[in-house]
Amino acid sequence: MITAWQRNDGRKGIRNVVAVCYLVECAHHVARRIVDKVDDPDVQLIGFPGCYPNAYADKVMRAIATHPNIGGIVLVSLGCESFNREGLAATVAASGRPVETLVIQEVGGTAATIAAGLEAVARVKAEADKTPRVDMRTDELIVGTICGGSDGTSGITANPAVGRAFDRLVAEGATCIFEETGELVGCEGVMATRAITPALGQALRDSVEKAERYYSILGFGSFAPGNAEGGLTTQEEKSMGAYSKSGSSPISGIIKPADVPPSPGLYMLDVVPDGEPRFGFPNISDNAEIVELIACGCHVVLFTTGRGSVVGSAVSPVIKVCANPETGRRMAADMDVNAGRILEGEATLDRVGDEIYDLTLAVAGGARSISESLGHQEFILTYKSFEPVGPACLPTRNHAASA
Amino acid sequence: MNALLLHPDDNVLVAIAPIAAGDTIVVDGRNHVARVAIGVGHKVARRALAPGDKVIKYGAPIGSMTAAAEAAAHVHLHNMKSDYIATHMRDTLERSTAS
Repeated sequence: MITAWQRNDGRKGIRNVVAVCYLVECAHHVARRIVDKVDDPDVQLIGFPGCYPNAYADKVMRAIATHPNIGGIVLVSLGCESFNREGLAATVAASGRPVETLVIQEVGGTAATIAAGLEAVARVKAEADKTPRVDMRTDELIVGTICGGSDGTSGITANPAVGRAFDRLVAEGATCIFEETGELVGCEGVMATRAITPALGQALRDSVEKAERYYSILGFGSFAPGNAEGGLTTQEEKSMGAYSKSGSSPISGIIKPADVPPSPGLYMLDVVPDGEPRFGFPNISDNAEIVELIACGCHVVLFTTGRGSVVGSAVSPVIKVCANPETGRRMAADMDVNAGRILEGEATLDRVGDEIYDLTLAVAGGARSISESLGHQEFILTYKSFEPVGPACLPTRNHAASA
Repeated sequence: MNALLLHPDDNVLVAIAPIAAGDTIVVDGRNHVARVAIGVGHKVARRALAPGDKVIKYGAPIGSMTAAAEAAAHVHLHNMKSDYIATHMRDTLERSTAS
């Protein structure tokens, strides 16, 4: 049983983070200084660097600021940027969380705003600390997965092991989210057969086709000669390695960034923007995808890596699953789970899947993941554009709304 | 153990250690002798496969056999192919950027 923080919207958090949020790069330094001076692992920095407005960034920021792991918010604005700070503050306040806004141009500059920010954080944290504690069941958890720094071992150890953990979580009523449609090219047919409705199956095919088109315009090839040297023969085989993170449960829906799944089950997060490419790459780095998973309500993110990523995240803990035994030895102090043991005959996929499952529940129960205890709190949010998901994408939504 | 079964429905295993020609490969409890060297990450037939058979890995088809392979044989570009016709393969991409 997990002891969580009860939020007014009915959701439960596994952390009680006070986020200091800069609303334009011009306010980043002030916000960072506030967080550095507070020096509390549960007072974290998030923000958006752009001065121009963006509906996607606004939606993601509102979702993050009212994420169940968030206990309170301090907004740091320069004053002349276009981010809708009043709207964001109102959203946070309406969620029942403490929120304060500091406008650097009004407070009187850098030093004055840092000083005011320290006081604001203390007040917000004191309020957040009053949040009631409640029991939380496994079926109230939302868990995401992503791979980064992949190599030939990812698809045979860490990814399928996460898939097994996902199968156990979904069987127990939890909500699990996978993504990376750009790396699912070739397995859309298999994926479509797992959809809970034929229309959702077609929507899954469409989303992979969209990703393929988008990446092709940006100049991405799909199957590299190096893949064949590593033993991969076909495009669909390569994609299946990434896809295996999703496990084998039925797929209940497609969501887009900042959509919270309407009911438990397994969901695919479509991270590829709609329309013609406008703002560059769909995701400029792994943390951009992690932020999107968290905006969809993920309490915990399972990150598989072969070459060895070190990142964590603000707001929700990241659990690192290392696929490659060599990397696992070299970077042991950064890895939560050593799935490379599968290659050395020391563990089975099922065993590692169970370990990932157990660790997910332990971290949800308050244990710090390794990246979390090392202080990793990466956060990146940039410009994108999306249209809402179509009616076929969430077959359970109407049912959930009427229940 | 030098070859891993990823899914019970699979008809190929994945080499998890370098296999040299002459090495023993255990497939479903039976010993076979490797005819060629097989690198880590490469596929090994779980049973005899005929041309046209779907190759199943992760419990899903990843292509079809183009030539026969006996149990424990190496399965790769020389005896299987993709069933997926990608809209944008590497060569079409190069052609489109060259034009």
